[in-house]
Amino acid sequence: MQKYSVLSLIKNAFSSHKDWEVAWKDQDPKKEYDVVIIGGGGHGLATAYYLAKEHKITNIAVIEKGWIGGGNIGRNTTIIRSNYMHDENALFYEKGMELWRSMSQDLNFNIMFSPRGIINLAHSDAQMNAYARRGNSMKLNGIDAVLLNREEVKNKVPILDFSDNVRFPIFGGLMQPSAGTARHDAVAWGYARQADSMGVDIVQHCEVTGFDISNGKIKGIKTSRGDIKAKKVGLCVAGSTSILADMLNMTLPIETHLLQACVSEPIKPLLDHVVTFGAGHFYCSQSDKGEMVMGGDLDGYNSYAQRGNLPTLQHVLTEGIAMFPFLSKLKMLRTWGGIMDMSMDGSPIIDKTHIQGLYLNCGWCYGGFKATPASGFTFAHTIAQDKVHELNAGFRLDRFSTGHLIDEKGLGTKTWIS
Amino acid sequence: MLYIKCPYCGYRSQNEFAYGGDATVKRPELNKEVTDKEWDNFVYLRKSPRGKHLELWHHVSGCRQWIKVLRDTNTHEIFNTYKSEDKVET
Repeated sequence: MQKYSVLSLIKNAFSSHKDWEVAWKDQDPKKEYDVVIIGGGGHGLATAYYLAKEHKITNIAVIEKGWIGGGNIGRNTTIIRSNYMHDENALFYEKGMELWRSMSQDLNFNIMFSPRGIINLAHSDAQMNAYARRGNSMKLNGIDAVLLNREEVKNKVPILDFSDNVRFPIFGGLMQPSAGTARHDAVAWGYARQADSMGVDIVQHCEVTGFDISNGKIKGIKTSRGDIKAKKVGLCVAGSTSILADMLNMTLPIETHLLQACVSEPIKPLLDHVVTFGAGHFYCSQSDKGEMVMGGDLDGYNSYAQRGNLPTLQHVLTEGIAMFPFLSKLKMLRTWGGIMDMSMDGSPIIDKTHIQGLYLNCGWCYGGFKATPASGFTFAHTIAQDKVHELNAGFRLDRFSTGHLIDEKGLGTKTWIS
Repeated sequence: MLYIKCPYCGYRSQNEFAYGGDATVKRPELNKEVTDKEWDNFVYLRKSPRGKHLELWHHVSGCRQWIKVLRDTNTHEIFNTYKSEDKVET
């Protein structure tokens, strides 16, 4: 593989940049693999990368129905954080933070990681108390957390509405300074390029149509481009998980829902951090191009449509304008939607299944992007060793029937309520 | 914007309704021993189909009745709506 560096950039400049190697090859599927990963998004590509790098398994195919990076890895709002209270989530996502920090070097691909800090706003004394508790829990797990008072928030984000007559006045906030954003597409491309260089086949435009199972053991998969034998199969298909589960006669504790995001026209640098509204569901950051990147609630009904509806967008942006009145002056540049695998407690599932050799990675809800490296790292371990890693030991599939839920928000099973 | 035909009020905007989830889920019968598996099925497990989905909606800003809606989760097309007590074949 050609290494990306200043020298290779200069060298290729002499040939007018015509001689760059392709970053990854578009492979035809072979008849048989040791491991087949279904889903060529961030999590699937990261899993293939860590299987090859950490576990020396390279006879792998990543099977993707569309094109790699065309799903939720290309549709998110790029936020990376580990500001969770429960141990299972906090330790898992903090492992992710460690991997994010070194990812550009590890992948030799600039993922533009920008640890600009995230601020969750508080709008009451009770919320400040809750944030103090969460911040203390984070610190106990070795995660950085700072409780900000109103003046400190004002210094960091003066553009917020600090006037006296607002419905939800700002009392302060909880900040995780090491949180931030990254270039989402680069994450998919970086993982794809490295996985490809280690011998992983990336097979695009190949839809899974069925599974070959005998005696409770996975033998392979059926696809639109022929049957593929496999010793092990991992599912990394986010919002499409229930469709594949149906082919496997499995019913899962997840529902697929639609989540929208949008960006404004680009403006000059204004917002240095990721900021979230505490009295509703709205979050905002400014991209390197200057666009305000915004998101919020689900559309609120089961959907596989990958396109949203205006009432939810209006609701979300109303919250945005309550926070940042200047947003009302901006033009909307783009809106889009993706489909989320909403689990019944808001936490993910990375586990073995009752079918030997079949592994499940799903339930990412609103937050799959930040989990990409930790998800790939632990899922690769689960597949290679046929047992869960200590970091995903809590993300069991049977935790719902045993009562070991990880309900970070305390929302219960109505996944569409936020 | 979805337009949902409330069986009591006629076509109304989506803004007047609240979603209530999969209408095919059945609570285990009363006055009977319920296994963990049955609770699991009722509380947590969902088919979440791509395609026809029978679901509950609450006309919360209208007549306040719960209704059933047969809707396509892929195209958002609404095929039919029913009163909550209606039996619907899916």
